[in-house]
Amino acid sequence: MNAVSGTLDRRKAVRTLLAERGDCLVVTGLGSPTYDVFDAGDHDGNFYLWGAMGGAAMTALGLALAQPARPVVAVTGDGEQIMGSGALMTVAMAAPGNLTIVVLDNGHYGETGMQTSHSGLGVRLAALARASGFADVVELTDEASLVSFRPRIREVSGGPRFAAVGIASGHVERALPPRDGVFLKQRFRRHLGFQVA
Amino acid sequence: MAWAPLAWPADATPGLRAARSASLRIGRGASPASPEISMSALATRTDTATRTDLAAGAAQPDWPLDIFGALRNSGVTQASYVPDAGHSRLISLLHADPEVRTVVLTTEEEGIALSAGAWLGGARAVHLMQSSGVGNCINMLSLMNACRFPLLSLVTMRGEWAEFNPWQVPMGRATPGALELMGVTVLRLERPDEARETIEAAAALAFDGDGQIAVLISQRMLGRKKWVEGKR
Repeated sequence: MNAVSGTLDRRKAVRTLLAERGDCLVVTGLGSPTYDVFDAGDHDGNFYLWGAMGGAAMTALGLALAQPARPVVAVTGDGEQIMGSGALMTVAMAAPGNLTIVVLDNGHYGETGMQTSHSGLGVRLAALARASGFADVVELTDEASLVSFRPRIREVSGGPRFAAVGIASGHVERALPPRDGVFLKQRFRRHLGFQVA
Repeated sequence: MAWAPLAWPADATPGLRAARSASLRIGRGASPASPEISMSALATRTDTATRTDLAAGAAQPDWPLDIFGALRNSGVTQASYVPDAGHSRLISLLHADPEVRTVVLTTEEEGIALSAGAWLGGARAVHLMQSSGVGNCINMLSLMNACRFPLLSLVTMRGEWAEFNPWQVPMGRATPGALELMGVTVLRLERPDEARETIEAAAALAFDGDGQIAVLISQRMLGRKKWVEGKR
């Protein structure tokens, strides 16, 4: 098994992926992916997780099933997805056509001191996704592959899609979105036209 | 970049996908964002379910039908579960309803996060588990508490009444306390004739009051699990 180290700048990679987000709804996994998505541009259609480790893909699944006409993207990290690795099976079997899971994979736990993750030790997340039942699995390792994948996150059929993005593990300054959960929830729901009770 | 190309058996996943889409067609294309359903539609569904049960010659209690009716009447359109025998009839009823998306989970905490996502998207979810799964949910309940997401979880109890399996007792005993420690309001369902009212009250607390609600369905009401054929 080969340990992996990606080369993409995580902030630039997320900016590239979300550059033409259209009406995508985005759920982020706690830690750096939350900061990356915020840094790419705050949006009422973003729901930032600040906790609930392992829950990003499932939160995105509930949303995708509730909003089948909107594309939904979960942007999370390798450690977060590994904690919720069973959710890859659950998502694949629920088979929402409008959901894409993007894992920013640097093989490390960035928020806690850069300890090596299972991915860094050799677990291949794309292979795990494939074995879990995702038919559409890609590994994106350079800018060109990100750009060519980008339009597909806006599709509402043909999913679920899984994309592992090979990012570098260097230090990046934090970029902190609001962390009041009720505010984030209400802002998101208002974006979809739901009134606050 | 150290990722070598991935190679797959050419037909493995497409075959799985075809089998899956054939079996999961139920519920696709429903419009769960609109929780209103007509009472006549509900009545039709319930009648159909009853007839099916009668046709099968099953002498079954009616409370799972009452719970199903209460859930649908409360606008629930997503149902996630880790299977439990006590929930099996309700799970069948939910699967048979084309307006409900059912999601089988690998672990109970997934359904907590699913309920949050459903609410973000304007849908109402119910979460079904056995008491032994409550411990798996603990940290994920932070999500519901921090964001005041509605949670409606129906928990079939083990380890509290005529339990045969001592391994079920510790988590069963800890279930109400563990939920309450995480800010979940615990209701009890002890009698079959209270099922509809209790579930409707729990759904109102959850979806109208932004509450995190667990209804513990007592093991006495569920009946003893039969461990040895012909004996009790």
